[in-house]
Amino acid sequence: MAHEQHNYLNHQKGIWSWLTTLDHKRIGIMYFIAIMSFFFLGGVFALLVRAELFTPGKTLFSADVYNRMMTYHGAIMVFMVIVPGIPAIFGNFVLPIMIGAKDVAFPRLNLMSWYMLMIGAAITGSTLFLENVDTGWTFYTPYSSIKTGLGVIPMVLGVFIIGFSSILTGLNFIVTTHKLRAPGMTMNRIPLMVWALYSTAILQVLATPVLAITLLLLIAEKTLGVGIFDPQLGGDPVLFQHFFWFYSHPAVYIMILPAMGVISELVATYSRKIIFGYTAIAYSSLAIAGVSFLVWGHHMFVSGQSEFAGILFSFITMLVGVPTAIKLFNWIATMYKGSIRLDAPMLFAIGFMFLFTIGGLTGVYLASTGMDVHFHDTYFVVAHFHYVMVGGTLMALMGALIYWFPKVTGKIYSDLTGRISWVFIFSGFNVTFFPQFILGNMGMPRRYYDYLPTFTELNQMSTFGSWLIGTGFLVGLFGVIYALLKGKEAGNNPFGGKTLEWTIPSPPPHENFDKTPVLTGGPYEYR
Amino acid sequence: MNWFSFITATSFMPVPATKESGDVDNLYIFLLVSGLISFIILIGGMVIFIFKYRRKTEDQKSAYITHNTLAEFLWSFIPFVIMMIIFAWGWSVFHDLRRVGEKGDVEVHVTARQWAWTFKYANDIEINSPTDKKLVENDPDSTLLKPEIVVVPVGKTIRFILTSDDVLHSFYVPAFRNKMDAVPGRRTTFTFTPIEKGDFTVFCTEYCGTKHSNMMATIRVVDGEQFAAWQAEKIAANAGANNKGPAERGEALFKGSLGCSGCHSIDGSRIVGPSFKGLYGNKRDFADGSSVVADDAYIKQSILVPTAKIVAGFPPAMSSFQGRIKEEEIKDIIEFIKTLK
Repeated sequence: MAHEQHNYLNHQKGIWSWLTTLDHKRIGIMYFIAIMSFFFLGGVFALLVRAELFTPGKTLFSADVYNRMMTYHGAIMVFMVIVPGIPAIFGNFVLPIMIGAKDVAFPRLNLMSWYMLMIGAAITGSTLFLENVDTGWTFYTPYSSIKTGLGVIPMVLGVFIIGFSSILTGLNFIVTTHKLRAPGMTMNRIPLMVWALYSTAILQVLATPVLAITLLLLIAEKTLGVGIFDPQLGGDPVLFQHFFWFYSHPAVYIMILPAMGVISELVATYSRKIIFGYTAIAYSSLAIAGVSFLVWGHHMFVSGQSEFAGILFSFITMLVGVPTAIKLFNWIATMYKGSIRLDAPMLFAIGFMFLFTIGGLTGVYLASTGMDVHFHDTYFVVAHFHYVMVGGTLMALMGALIYWFPKVTGKIYSDLTGRISWVFIFSGFNVTFFPQFILGNMGMPRRYYDYLPTFTELNQMSTFGSWLIGTGFLVGLFGVIYALLKGKEAGNNPFGGKTLEWTIPSPPPHENFDKTPVLTGGPYEYR
Repeated sequence: MNWFSFITATSFMPVPATKESGDVDNLYIFLLVSGLISFIILIGGMVIFIFKYRRKTEDQKSAYITHNTLAEFLWSFIPFVIMMIIFAWGWSVFHDLRRVGEKGDVEVHVTARQWAWTFKYANDIEINSPTDKKLVENDPDSTLLKPEIVVVPVGKTIRFILTSDDVLHSFYVPAFRNKMDAVPGRRTTFTFTPIEKGDFTVFCTEYCGTKHSNMMATIRVVDGEQFAAWQAEKIAANAGANNKGPAERGEALFKGSLGCSGCHSIDGSRIVGPSFKGLYGNKRDFADGSSVVADDAYIKQSILVPTAKIVAGFPPAMSSFQGRIKEEEIKDIIEFIKTLK
């Protein structure tokens, strides 16, 4: 019967109907295809970077080629994968359904956001063929403005446009959350995924313009010779860092808050239990969003900013740790006396908590000024932010993929494939990044093409781990294709979820709900 | 902190070689132990719940617990207190590492440039690093160059005053647990009091282009007499250098304070810029298709306005030496290049 059903996938036909669609669900799928392609590219660069570091000295490439691969790996993963990832793909798909709406508030703007990401990615990607960039994803001046080629200009122009995509998506989500909630759905009854996306959207709207302006100033300096960052023209190179991190620190939370939203959903569903401390989780998202604007200077403890500034930023950074810890405690408390099933999405949620705890605790080391001076810009930092961003966000992304796959496609994602993928990704992360903490202890700086022979064994272990991660994601991709071709019919609610998306057919009809739902209680009423 | 010594928490750290580094290590041990305890509580709790509350039958019910104010207060307040301790401890250690405005017993001006450090002592002794020799000589793939040695006395307060000629660099000595950016147009300081004798590696930790990983130096900590003897030897060598011929003076500049050898080889091999072997009197082809026979005027222009003529196949990476080089020094360099047949 499900085959003949009228749903958003067969509502209209043909590629043109996809490219001009205003349906948030189809746009979510278009984001999925685009972002997964970028992820593949960024992943290939990651594997090449690690392969080069397998031996000291030249292994495969020259130093220039290595520096470029390192730059593209970072820029693609940050600006095109992890920042847009969960909000653009899963936010687009589930946010309107979760609040009982027919679509986002501005469907045309939503489609335009997708096109802006595509245009930005095309411009940034064109530098791969025109003139490679070797600045690192941070584009620090004066290296980017006076010491390297003109490829920096299209590169940051592309990032600028991608930033607009991010702002528009954020704006759309804020208005949607405020204006389109179903009757009875008060702000204290919206699912935690929506709270996370809402907090993220605030960050996107407020922080991203700062990046946009910074990148325009960089282009102005590089093309017109306006002295803003270059000391030879009377500028201040540290000013760029202030501007850059004023965006890029909140951006870390743009990456991780949606992941936290996913984890809240997974933990509740697979523990079949009301979430512990709904209010605390919801408002800690807002608290993280707010405080994260005031901590950017912790990237600059050794930049030459004043000692006082360092101490102040260290203090405020410590405060972010508290709401983050609250979330972890709440998830674990939710599992207490629950009815837990270790399906693949729950394994990814547990993997998230494991990796994110290590990432979060090592973040405290770096927030402490006296300790950070030793670890700053070493492999300790590389390990720390990969544990947080990659271990956190990508674990949640995989969990979300398998969890919502039946809703999106109507087919069940094979749990066994998900588990095999998890084993590779989870063990691979630890084999890759844990040795990097030790390399940081020993003093190996980051972004190094070549290293002292004493660092060899740990680098080899790390490279070996990267192959495990690569295998894990390939297994995950195989799972998607297999489920599309041979997956079992899913039914409306295969996992016993309580949020609104599980009350409608899979795949959902064109306008989500036949009849507007009316809410009488919170989202996780497992009794 | 000896009660911690049974835990070899700092076993992967380099030997703490300065007065300040021991304090950093104590903070590190506290962070590691408190972090490990937190990890065990969190993840241990999670693992216990996974096994204890595993769904055994499909209709298994869960408890209905919405919140617990006391537990939530405690798990917010206790982490807050611990983090405030870490903050205050970190602040105190940071203050000792920075020692803003404090004068050193030995003061050295350090200038960073792509991709070498120049150390200039008060009595005009100048050390430039790295050298043009490979660090691992029998490895053809090694790109690291041997770090030059900078000598300082043990037990004294040493202040390095850092700046940069071109882009951002960062001066990092793992054994000192200290690091400071070298910023163009600014002066920053790196103060330390060595307590261990030996050789300690300096790395650059702020990404600065092609040979970022190669920007090393070695700080050798010796006792007071050895330091005085080293200084005397260097001063004598400087005096001797003034009596040398122009080509020899040029060679010293090439390998030393001007750091040309970081980018240009003299044996025909490619580093970053073109080699100087057989340069003088021979034809140079440029990226714009033109060419010229290398003479005095061409070499002088290349030093002062490096972007005027870019040799085909090389990036326009060199910064101008305008204002950093004297007229006689240019002549000495040209004399040296003439000898590279």
